[in-house]
Amino acid sequence: MQRPEPRDEVEMLALMLLIRRFEERASQQYQAQKIGGFCHLYIGQEAVVVGAIAAVRDDDYVITAYRDHAHALARGTSADACMAELFGKETGCSRGLGGSMHFFDRSRHMYGGHAIVGAHVPLAAGMAFASKYRTEDRVTLCFFGDGAINQGSFHEALNLIALFKLPVVLICENNLFAMGTSVKRSTSLKQIVDRAEGYDIPGEIVDGMNFREVRDKLAEIVCSIRKDPHPAFVEIRTYRYRGHSMSDPASYRTKDELEKYRLDDPITRLRAQLTREGKLTNEKFDQIDKHAKETVLAAVKFAEKSPELPLERLYDYTYVNSVVAGVSPAKSKESAADTAATTR
Amino acid sequence: MREITYRQALNEALAEELERDPNVFLMGEEVAEYNGAYKVSQGLLERFGPKRIIDTPISENGFAGLGVGAAMVGLRPIIEFMTFSFSLVAFDQVVNNAPNMFTMSGGQFNIPITFRGPNGPAHQLGATHSHATEPIYANAPGLKVCTPATPRDAKGLLKTAVRDDNPVLVLEAELLYSSKGMVEPPDEELLIPLGEAEVKREGSDVSIICYAQTVRLALAVAAQLEDEDISAEIVDLRSIKPLDERAIFDSVAKTHRVVIVEQDRPFCGVGAEVCYRIQKNIFDELDAPIVRVSQEDVPMPYNERLEKAVLPNADKLIAAVKKVCYA
Repeated sequence: MQRPEPRDEVEMLALMLLIRRFEERASQQYQAQKIGGFCHLYIGQEAVVVGAIAAVRDDDYVITAYRDHAHALARGTSADACMAELFGKETGCSRGLGGSMHFFDRSRHMYGGHAIVGAHVPLAAGMAFASKYRTEDRVTLCFFGDGAINQGSFHEALNLIALFKLPVVLICENNLFAMGTSVKRSTSLKQIVDRAEGYDIPGEIVDGMNFREVRDKLAEIVCSIRKDPHPAFVEIRTYRYRGHSMSDPASYRTKDELEKYRLDDPITRLRAQLTREGKLTNEKFDQIDKHAKETVLAAVKFAEKSPELPLERLYDYTYVNSVVAGVSPAKSKESAADTAATTR
Repeated sequence: MREITYRQALNEALAEELERDPNVFLMGEEVAEYNGAYKVSQGLLERFGPKRIIDTPISENGFAGLGVGAAMVGLRPIIEFMTFSFSLVAFDQVVNNAPNMFTMSGGQFNIPITFRGPNGPAHQLGATHSHATEPIYANAPGLKVCTPATPRDAKGLLKTAVRDDNPVLVLEAELLYSSKGMVEPPDEELLIPLGEAEVKREGSDVSIICYAQTVRLALAVAAQLEDEDISAEIVDLRSIKPLDERAIFDSVAKTHRVVIVEQDRPFCGVGAEVCYRIQKNIFDELDAPIVRVSQEDVPMPYNERLEKAVLPNADKLIAAVKKVCYA
């Protein structure tokens, strides 16, 4: 079975650092009001997506919820395109039309960025359905938060995924809080992974602060799915250091709790492992970190100087073959444009 | 041309598109082994096999979303709702995911999906099963909505919908499935563009604008009105979105009087939009205020007599025509 070339761990550490530095800079730019709307940061959870991506091929499908900056970056979307999207610029990965919660990158098989909780799990079913329909051995990675597991679309999708034996890894990024509601107050189960059992999907719990554990567990699952299409569920236990979004001070949890997790930081942990094994020096780490910071700073500059989509192109991305303001184009272009102008 | 039923016409359209493009598949409740709740997919499982004709559990949100996801990666799903009243359970997928994806992704992901099934009031099914969903879906930018009224339109519009690169809703009508009409023979490709209305009957005194189940009503009324020397032109919208403004305006410029007869409810209904566009663009052509005939603004009662009172009918339509004709 084709297993991807093992990804270099130092590179993976660099990717985690890039994500961390990107999110820190996004936070700062949000506060400077360069970024609008909602902005959900991934800080603390980096080992989850990087571990998972390290276990799959470049042509496997990736889809996630609204805390999605890291998934695009991990897939290889440039920091420039990600930051420009946050700035609402045409050079953004969704041309500035999606924003923080709707990052897409077709060429890198990153299928969004979905902001209605649980609503993308049926989409993952469809993507995996297509792989199976075409007898490809692609695997779909579907990330979602602990808040999604009580949503109807999640349950309907899990049933379909199990029923049709679709090649999906359902990855629950359990950061213990759905916005401000702790899992204990939202979910009837003692542990989230038990949701999978209800659909006869094999499930496991993984330590999301440990890059190697995430990667190795996912690699094993993905390998088994490629041999014979089937779903799998992993509850990856992680923690976000920041609030749910930029506007959330996270007063529903204690400083002690946060400190406890910070001591188990995924980047620090992988760094220590690599250092211990002689694969990383402090100088090299500093160099990687400096590079991440510079990349992100350059991304801010790129985003700042990028153009916005011109107003004349407002209607270009509603229908594939342009229909203006709901009216047949060839028939009455003038009155349609006119109507569009007045009804806006 | 030969005479076939609306149901057969849809069945032919499905079969021809499944035959033409291996990326097309049909999914929904009871579409395969049961041959369709309304037998529209009769024989398709046998012909195309279980890989392409797929029964689902009762999970509209789930399988509608599965269709959207499959469309993101290049398949062309046809998703059947046993009725569009049930599509409301999948509303988030139809309104939030299917049409928004193209915009949200900056044009990277279009969704070539067809949602189809019966829509609009049938007969004594009560409030939950009688929804005319066209104004709800036409309100969502990115969706196309068509409402075939004849077997020919049903076949031609459904085939076009499947080939369209955008999400298209083909709103069929339970009461029309057994109706008959002339359709081109199977060896002649029949594609009817979305966004093209059709004048189903020429007339000179009043334009009756209609669609779906109200087309038959309008044609019947036009025949009656002839006895009273009122010549009605019947304009079948066929597509709600895109809307064929030109065909509407051309007819109004000819007759100067308009009645809109629609199968949905009055408040924010299709007729309200058509009416707005006429007065805004060709106000001077009007010789009388536009009158709309629609459902009453109540949840559909089960009681047969009350249900009839809620729906548009010949008496209401004739009265409306006479009103705009000052007859």
